[in-house]
Amino acid sequence: MQRRIYLDNASTTNIHPEVLKTYEELLETYYVNSESLYDEGSEIHRMMEKARGAIAGLLGVHAEDIIFTSGSSESNSAAIKGVCMADMSRKHIVTTPIEHSSILNCCAQLHRLFGYEITYLPVGREGSIRLEDVRRALRDDTAIVSVMAVNNETGAVNPVEEIAEYVKKHSRAYMHTDMTQACGKVSFNMKNIDLASYSAHKLEGLKGSGILVRKTHVPFEPLICGGEQEEGLRGGTSNACVNMVFAKTLRLALENGKRSHAYIGELSQRLKDGLRKIPGIEINSPENAVAGIINFSYENIPSEVMQNALNRQGFMVSARSTCASRSEDPSYVLMAMGLGAKRSNSCIRVSLSHRNTEEEIDLFLKALKEITEQYG
Amino acid sequence: MADYDTVLVRFGELSTKGKNRKDFINRLFRNIQYMLRDFEELEYRKAYDRIYIRLNGADHEKIREKLQKVFGISSFSFTEKVEPTMEAITAACLRIAENSGAKTFKMITKRHDKTFPLRSDDINRQTASVILKNTGLKVDVHDPELPIRVEVRSEAAYITSEKIAGAGGYPAGINGKVLLMLSGGIDSPVAAYQLMKRGLNVEAVHFASPPYTSENARNKVLTLAGMVSEYQGRMKVHIINFTDLQLNIYKTAGDPYAVTLMRRMMFRLAEQIAQKNGCIAIGTGESIGQVASQTLESIACINDAVRIPVLRPLICHDKLEIIALANKIGTYETSILPYEDCCTIFDPKNPVTKPTVEKAEYFEKMFDWQSLIEAALADEETAVVQPPRNEESFL
Repeated sequence: MQRRIYLDNASTTNIHPEVLKTYEELLETYYVNSESLYDEGSEIHRMMEKARGAIAGLLGVHAEDIIFTSGSSESNSAAIKGVCMADMSRKHIVTTPIEHSSILNCCAQLHRLFGYEITYLPVGREGSIRLEDVRRALRDDTAIVSVMAVNNETGAVNPVEEIAEYVKKHSRAYMHTDMTQACGKVSFNMKNIDLASYSAHKLEGLKGSGILVRKTHVPFEPLICGGEQEEGLRGGTSNACVNMVFAKTLRLALENGKRSHAYIGELSQRLKDGLRKIPGIEINSPENAVAGIINFSYENIPSEVMQNALNRQGFMVSARSTCASRSEDPSYVLMAMGLGAKRSNSCIRVSLSHRNTEEEIDLFLKALKEITEQYG
Repeated sequence: MADYDTVLVRFGELSTKGKNRKDFINRLFRNIQYMLRDFEELEYRKAYDRIYIRLNGADHEKIREKLQKVFGISSFSFTEKVEPTMEAITAACLRIAENSGAKTFKMITKRHDKTFPLRSDDINRQTASVILKNTGLKVDVHDPELPIRVEVRSEAAYITSEKIAGAGGYPAGINGKVLLMLSGGIDSPVAAYQLMKRGLNVEAVHFASPPYTSENARNKVLTLAGMVSEYQGRMKVHIINFTDLQLNIYKTAGDPYAVTLMRRMMFRLAEQIAQKNGCIAIGTGESIGQVASQTLESIACINDAVRIPVLRPLICHDKLEIIALANKIGTYETSILPYEDCCTIFDPKNPVTKPTVEKAEYFEKMFDWQSLIEAALADEETAVVQPPRNEESFL
């Protein structure tokens, strides 16, 4: 059996053993509907609310601000559509061309169906956006500004705090940020952020689990209509046990994030040093990127071929965002950075976790070098 | 619904086979048993010109679906087996008529047992008059909605109301073995089906170019092989790593002749694998003019590389005909999965449409393809595939 090495932690992560254990225990005991009136239902409801409070505490927001969702795609969709549909007199959205498809396609949908105007902020060579461009893009009728905290392909960090502060001070727009790749890696003051999306499975938690932070002053229409769950803002029987373990998932992710920050930084440096020694390889991730995401290109070998070759040698990596990795188009993120079609067509994304080792990095570099020599 | 308890299977093309009749029947008998291997309750009996399968409660709809895939069957019918008496025969015919929902019928009787007291015509009249008296059905001798067939034999009478067309052709495996070049596209699985239909046993060879082609592409080919293997039971697939040959061809010949040379090399490899595995011919899914390598000139130039006969069952089929067949055998949806096109590096920009042997040989002199072919053969992998089943442990 070939040794398999997982270097795709920005796609998803292995579940944390403590999360799994807690989840299993909860599942066996707490199966009734959390909205039921009998004692067991109330107990689950109480536990879930306790979890909501714990999550709010960890993020520095109020318990009422937390809406449980199925993950970031839902949280992103709910944020954009929820805000826009609550006040359709303002039909302008400011966002970036490097957002996750759940944001980009929501904006495209609102444009197509209701004539919303979308301003896509320019992206610099460094893969991030600048405050002055936000300043220029804001209008009286801007309903929402959505800027991701950390880009999923390059790891580039956007100045979300600054932007949020400016948006709140100088416009009526609400500020949303997609925290999916940032949580546990970059910390933010949530003071000026109105809405934020989080996903559990990027944090060693469960698939199909996430939250949307939506502060109570933000007018909001539910994406999924249903009963009174989540204050009527997200219908459907609560996935109570899943929601409960989100609290533990988040706590562990924040703790581990701090603890392994330096370690992942070392692994990342080791990888980048090694990459620079292989002729023809160019690193696409900017200097300010989070340490765990390293994007590079080897122009002579298209992404898909490189992925196949690495897969045959036991390495699991992505090219562009995993959600788009089956499409043939070049990475729209790298294109937006102005890196050109060839480089955008040959990118590889390595994403690290605290479970990876120096040995794995060395094995990866060795395999990569061989592949470039054989097929380059 | 009448209580069907037997399937009567009629053979195809048997009259033309003369002395091979016994082989034909034995093979067909085995193939049918293999196709129906999941139904343990069935009982089989071979007769001179029929095969009888006792259902013993098996789901006749499922049996029908499976039998329609067995080559060598011209038609089959679900029959009721009753006592060879007029009372039993009439009662069964009446029940079939009552339950049919048809408006017109016709009785067709064959009296094999000449000791039976009534002649065929009399049996027709008596049963028909009972049906006419007791139901609203009318007789239509020219175009009946419900033909009811009665076969009277000494041991029993068989009554059947529907003749279901079989797949025709010869029992798979009776006419020797062929090595099919299986690409993962739409055509080659259809070619496998056509070859099997003529009684050939099909083995397959697939040329993979990792890392330029993915594991998914390879798995797709094995899935397709598994799908068509149902018509013959199982299928051996040889997988050849073609990457080194391909890279050398591109380095040497460049764009226009690359495809021609690739195909010549593939044919050479296939010829050797065929000879090693007892295959008398190689098969392809080529169809005239479909792509640059399938012009008549290209086919001639490529065929020139080998001496073994090459069977091309789709050679004069239109693409739409091939797609219709692919849909019929259920391979189309899998064939159009996009893994094939994951890499456009080897897609020629300007392939030659009228290659010549001289020019191909000129390029081939420029690199040592013989040892690359040897290396590719030494590196061969084989897999034996079977029709897919749902056996995941989590289901």
